[in-house]
Amino acid sequence: MDLHELTAAYALDALDAHDRDAYEAHLAHCARCREELAELADTTAALAFGVRSPAPPPELRARILDAAGAERANVVPLPARRTRAFRVAAAAAAVAACVAVGLGAWSVSLSHSLDAERSARAAEARAMAIYTDPAAAKIPLHGRTGTLAVDRAGRGALVVRRLPAASPGMTYEAWVIAPGVKPIPAGTFAGGDPSTVVPLEAPIPAGATVAATIERAGGVDAPTAAPILTART
Amino acid sequence: MNRELAHLSDEALVALAARSEQSALAELYDRYGRPAYGLALRVLRDDALAEDAVQDAFLALWRTAARFVPERGKASTWIFTLVHRRAVDLVRREERRRADTIEQAPEQGGGSVEEEALLRFQRERVQDALKKLPDQQREAIELAYYGGFTQSELAERLGQPLGTIKSRMFLGLARLRELLGEPGLEVSWTSTS
Repeated sequence: MDLHELTAAYALDALDAHDRDAYEAHLAHCARCREELAELADTTAALAFGVRSPAPPPELRARILDAAGAERANVVPLPARRTRAFRVAAAAAAVAACVAVGLGAWSVSLSHSLDAERSARAAEARAMAIYTDPAAAKIPLHGRTGTLAVDRAGRGALVVRRLPAASPGMTYEAWVIAPGVKPIPAGTFAGGDPSTVVPLEAPIPAGATVAATIERAGGVDAPTAAPILTART
Repeated sequence: MNRELAHLSDEALVALAARSEQSALAELYDRYGRPAYGLALRVLRDDALAEDAVQDAFLALWRTAARFVPERGKASTWIFTLVHRRAVDLVRREERRRADTIEQAPEQGGGSVEEEALLRFQRERVQDALKKLPDQQREAIELAYYGGFTQSELAERLGQPLGTIKSRMFLGLARLRELLGEPGLEVSWTSTS
């Protein structure tokens, strides 16, 4: 059986359990099928809108939220004081989202690649979630106006104001520098937006410094220039 | 209804849900709960089972939100994938025999005028696209997706070799993708709130 041929059936959930398992195992190491599936999955999801949708019973919403709360309470106790703090965070998140939407629209006009747009949006969403996390540490940048946010899991996001676009052939590259370890590359970014919002691709251990340098396009494995900005956790 | 997260993208809401933020799950439900229920009802033809499928899917989202990778696809696609998978698993487990003709559920209101209009618009768009497919491709896709039949069941039912069924599904979906991909048809939920 040629497993490549099963992508459409898998996207439609038309495989029996045996074929489904075989296809999923195949998917783990077939980039072509993953790509094809991602495209077809958007189409099958659109089919969901092709049927009449009566409103579900109103109790269903409460039942789902109660069950979710009960499940998560067993694992992670929620902080007691969250109502007001969360409202503030939600307001900040809404503002951040508006900024991000604006940037998203701008980058679409420049890039005609849907994949690039999707991945930029996804990166922004990841960075935003860290930036708006009330529990994340916020550290002001040196060298540039902006903030480094680091959540409790050590995930970081950089928000830099008015960072000029990198020159042609060059890129900004972020680094995580832990004491006694060589700098770890943490992603590249182009700048040029009113706010540059980037998730860092390497975890940030306590006591580490985050920095950014200007490097040749594509990024490099070790910094070759003096940092244009730093933030010490 | 509390819509303080209404301006966040679906993907940002999933990221918040991964942090145990229940209001993010609520917002995702408010955006997609109704079409999710409509889909589950279509596959399962039973109110209680459709509710179970929607509940299971949203709880699966809640449990696994941290593993969602936005680069691989849209959050809404993921949600409908979870709902559909659950509905199909239930319909096969229940061994409910799916009726030959697929009747439409009545669309009682319940939402705002804008919500009703949006749902109708989206439904007509998908129905129009389906109508443009060759009959055999449309039949294969509808029976698989809305009926929950496996490709082997379809081959038997339609009296065709499995390879023919596979290619009808593939060609139909690829054509549908082109038809639905025409610009100007993506409707944003936030614009109606």
